[in-house]
Amino acid sequence: MYTEKVMDHFANPRNVGEIPDADGIGKVGNPQCGDVMWLYIKVRDDIVTDIKFKTFGCGAAIATSSMITELAIGKTLEEAKKISRQDVAESLDGLPPQKMHCSNLAADALRKAIEDYETKKAAKAKA
Amino acid sequence: MELARKHVAALINADPRDIVFTSGGTESDNLALKGVAMYKGRTEGHIITSVIEHPAILESCEYLERVGFDITKLPVTREGLVDAAELERTIRGDTVLISIMAANNEIGTIQPIKEIGRIAQSKGIPFHTDAVQAAGKMPIDVKKDGMDLLSLSSHKLHGPKGVGALYVKKGIKIEPMMHGGGHEHGLRSSTENVPGIIGLGKAAELAKRDFEPVTDRMRSLRDKIIDRIPQLVERSYLNGHRTNRLVNNAHFRFDFIEGEALILQLDFKGIAASTGSACSTGSLEPSHVLLALGLTHEQAHGSLRLTLGRENTYEDVDYLLEALPGVVSKLREISPFNEERPMGASEGGSCVH
Repeated sequence: MYTEKVMDHFANPRNVGEIPDADGIGKVGNPQCGDVMWLYIKVRDDIVTDIKFKTFGCGAAIATSSMITELAIGKTLEEAKKISRQDVAESLDGLPPQKMHCSNLAADALRKAIEDYETKKAAKAKA
Repeated sequence: MELARKHVAALINADPRDIVFTSGGTESDNLALKGVAMYKGRTEGHIITSVIEHPAILESCEYLERVGFDITKLPVTREGLVDAAELERTIRGDTVLISIMAANNEIGTIQPIKEIGRIAQSKGIPFHTDAVQAAGKMPIDVKKDGMDLLSLSSHKLHGPKGVGALYVKKGIKIEPMMHGGGHEHGLRSSTENVPGIIGLGKAAELAKRDFEPVTDRMRSLRDKIIDRIPQLVERSYLNGHRTNRLVNNAHFRFDFIEGEALILQLDFKGIAASTGSACSTGSLEPSHVLLALGLTHEQAHGSLRLTLGRENTYEDVDYLLEALPGVVSKLREISPFNEERPMGASEGGSCVH
C-alpha cells in the first residue's frame, strides 16, 4: 500500500524531536482524527536552519512529517511557505488516496510554524 | 458433498439436513436476516440485534429498516457484552427475529448465547447467531444452545475462501434469496460450489477432531499474551472481556500511539497483526465496535488486535512479547503526547481531509 520511500521515512524518520527554544511552532490535527503533528522551527536570516517534529498518527502521517522536515530545512521562509501537499506526496513517490490528507497536514504544520514565527517577530518589533 | 454436510453439522451438533451451503458468512447472515424477516413478503416487524455485529448483519438490518422493519440495536457493556435481561425487556409482540453474534470478530467477546437462546425459545422467536468467528473455537451445540439459525464461514476454519453455511432448524420459516433450480432444499438455488464445499467439510472435520488440543493451546498462548502485555508495556489496556473471550483473540490499546503505525512496525519484525478491524483499515473512522465499548476516538485509534492461528507456538508468543515493548517505545518517542502531556479531545482543530 505504501511506497518504499514512505516506508523508509516511517521506519527511519528524520528530525524527530522538539526544539525547546524554537522560533516557531505549528500544531495541526486532532487525536480524534487519528493524527496530530507538531512542527518546531529555528530561523536565522529568514532561512529555516533547524526543524524537528513530533507526530501521533499512522505510517503516512509519520512519513510525511519526516519528509516535510527534509524539504524545508535550508529553505528561505518564502520558499518553505510554497511547499504544497503535492510536493510532499510526490517526494514520497505518492501516497494512497485515503492518506493524502497526511500530506496536507504536513504542509499545514509547516505554514503554521512559519506564521507563528512571523507573528512573534512582529510582536517583538513592536515592543 | 453429503459427507461435507455431515461434518459441518457435527461441528455444531446439527442435523445434516438443516445445513445450507452458501458463498460465505456474509451470504449466510443476509439469508438468515432477510429470509426470516421477509418471509412470504412480510415488510414489517421488529428485529433485535446488537451494536457490535459484523457489517453483514448491521447492513442487512439497515436494508430491512428501509423496507419497513423496526430494528433495536442493543448496546454492550465496556467489556462488549450484551445484557440478556435487557434483550428480554426489548422483545415486543411483533418481534420476528433475534440476531446476536456468538463471539465478536474484533474484541473476541463471547455473548451469553445460551441465555439468549433460552429467552428466544420461551417467547417462540427465531434466534440467529453469527458464529463466523466462534465456530471451531468454542463449543457450540445448536440444540442445547437453543439456536434456530447459525452462520459460519469456511476460511475462518482454515478452509477455502468463498464458501460458508447457514444452519436453519427444521420448521423455521425462511424465504430464499436465490430463486432457481431448487438446490439446498430450495433455500439457495445455484449450482453448488463443490470444491469449496468439500474443503469446508474437511476443515469442519479437522476443527472438530482437533478441537480440544488446539483450543487448549490457543487459550494458554492467549492468556500469556493477555497477562504479560500490561506488565511489559506501561499504559496498555485490554479491550473486551477477560474470560468470556475467544481462545485466539487478544486485543489491546496503547496510550499516545496510533494503531496502523503499530502494526506496520510489528510487520517489520515479521509479526502480522491488525488494528480497529482488518475490514476498516484504510478508512479514517475508528471501529464501530471499539466506540460501542465507550472508548473515545483517540483511544480507539491506538488499538491492536492479535489473533492466534492453530500454527502459532509458544516461541511466537515469546517473540511478540520481546518485540512489542520496543516498538511501542519507538512510536511513543515520536509522539507529541506522554504522561505529562496527555492527549485531549480539545487538542488541535477539526480533522484535515
